[in-house]
Amino acid sequence: MAEAQNIPAGSTTAGSIAVAAESTVATRMSAPPSFDVADFPVPHGREEEWRFTPLARLRGLHDGTAVASGEGVKVEIEAPEGVTVETVGREDERLGKAGKPVDRVAAQAYSSFEKASVVTVAKEAVLTEPIRIAVHGQGGVAFGHQVIELGAFAEAVVVIDHTGDAVLAANVDYVLGDGAKLTVVSVQDWDEKAVHVAQHNALVGRDASFKSVVVTFGGDVVRIHPRVSYAAPGGEAELFGLYFTDAGQHQEHRLLVDHNTPHCKSNVAYKGALQGQDAHAVWIGDVLIQAAAEGTDTYELNRNLVLTDGARVDSVPNLEIETGEIAGAGHASATGRFDDEQLFYLMSRGIPQAEARRLVVRGFFAELVQQIGLPDVQERLLAKIEAELEASV
Amino acid sequence: MATLEIHDLHVSVEAENGPREILKGVDLTIKQGETHAVMGPNGSGKSTLAYSLAGHPKYTVTGGTVTLDGEDVLEMSVDERARAGVFLAMQYPVEVPGVSVSNFLRTSATAVRGEAPKLRTWVKEVKSAMEQLQMDPAFAERNVNEGFSGGEKKRHEILQLELLKPKIAILDETDSGLDVDALRVVSEGVNRVRETGEVGTLLITHYTRILRYIKPDFVHVFANGRIAESGGAELADVLENEGYDKYVKGGASA
Repeated sequence: MAEAQNIPAGSTTAGSIAVAAESTVATRMSAPPSFDVADFPVPHGREEEWRFTPLARLRGLHDGTAVASGEGVKVEIEAPEGVTVETVGREDERLGKAGKPVDRVAAQAYSSFEKASVVTVAKEAVLTEPIRIAVHGQGGVAFGHQVIELGAFAEAVVVIDHTGDAVLAANVDYVLGDGAKLTVVSVQDWDEKAVHVAQHNALVGRDASFKSVVVTFGGDVVRIHPRVSYAAPGGEAELFGLYFTDAGQHQEHRLLVDHNTPHCKSNVAYKGALQGQDAHAVWIGDVLIQAAAEGTDTYELNRNLVLTDGARVDSVPNLEIETGEIAGAGHASATGRFDDEQLFYLMSRGIPQAEARRLVVRGFFAELVQQIGLPDVQERLLAKIEAELEASV
Repeated sequence: MATLEIHDLHVSVEAENGPREILKGVDLTIKQGETHAVMGPNGSGKSTLAYSLAGHPKYTVTGGTVTLDGEDVLEMSVDERARAGVFLAMQYPVEVPGVSVSNFLRTSATAVRGEAPKLRTWVKEVKSAMEQLQMDPAFAERNVNEGFSGGEKKRHEILQLELLKPKIAILDETDSGLDVDALRVVSEGVNRVRETGEVGTLLITHYTRILRYIKPDFVHVFANGRIAESGGAELADVLENEGYDKYVKGGASA
């Protein structure tokens, strides 16, 4: 069931992969989920959920020293007809319905935000245009909360764009009514100093479909934690991710799919390319199939392509299964190096070096990009990947 | 007429205790339309010759010259050599994940020909070349060499040979690991290219078996890093009967 491989990364690269021998998805967090930051001790870096993260570079988000400044981030929401956009206070009861914060920074965000955005798509409304949320960093510290809620049988695409410079901790709730279809693209295209730690909670209704596309290019430290659970049977979740980690960047994607309900599906596919000294990508893929979740069908995959020496990958898939009555469950993780022999092979067919590299990286991402299903987003991603490669060659 | 001239070629590799000389003065001239078989025991340096000509970074040329129509091949980068018309069919082609065969072929044909082939004629060209090599059309959508069987890898190498139409084709143990049927199909591919008269072929092999399908004009015995003896096709028959013993034991005395 578990397939894990590590293509030899060569003698000089630090590319590596670790596969957990046994998973303890539900129990290994250092404190139970809570909305209150006081329920979490300040992490010191050896906790399971923090061991890959450079705490010293979180600019105080983890230890209470980061204080919201007036010029944190500017949030602009552009929504087509049929969508209600509200800015609400902390007491609004629609907040936090999709899941509780599971670590100290997420709880800090929940304890510290002042205003939240609530975006509601009415029952049976089928949007033809995406909802666009622009989160632009203004150089300060910010704590945020956003809720995207779809009524029954509503269909929507949401594109959240993170740009600029900020130190941002946030929680985002996605609540899908029965039969609803939601695609969310979250692009982390931050300036190079930005720090962004976010927990995404999706609660998938009966027969609803949730698709999350997380794209991380920028920032100094980006740590995104998409989580999915199901409110009723028949739900489907697809979690796709792409990242391009450059020298010095830390990009961490931690996922949890909690199969707490029978007959739900999940499919996770994250792919990343790394280049440059101390580029560090972390991928944690946790899937929990609870005893009640008979008929579950799940698969998760992580692929990494290490383009240069000096980059590091930690990829940890975890699958915890409490019932044998499932349709399917599997995971795969592999980290490969674009090596000199591949380069020689392509060049020996007349292909110049820079083009050979582009060919390999484009090919690596192509299949995943096609699955996003949003042509304008796909084109933008491919252009961005080209730009990343241009910068490196 | 294209001519590859190898003169007094010396090549070393880095070994644990310093550089080790593998090629110790190779002289060989290959003209367009000719087929030269280079035969020799394992470890004699045959593959080193092939990879050195293609420019593999592992090998360091310490002396001698290689020219293609007077142009200094050793000064060229790997891709420049390919565009100049040197092609190496590899014994162990490398997997390139994420790159489909069709994308790879078109990219390399574009690079070698200097312009993108016209789509319609290109599709036909690839299709017919694949048919002749008895390759399933679905092959084009697979990733380069990924999960290919030994026979599929060799067919894929010869497919590239047919599409890229080099001036000089170096076939490094193309016959190794092939069953008789695959050997015949692959050899027919090589022969189609030879029959154009446009290619000079350097056929590197350990066994005489492939020479039943691909008739060489010249046979060279390779031993101890240089050519120990040269002759016509009949030299292969001598090797078939007598083996390489006299070249290995006594040392080369060319």
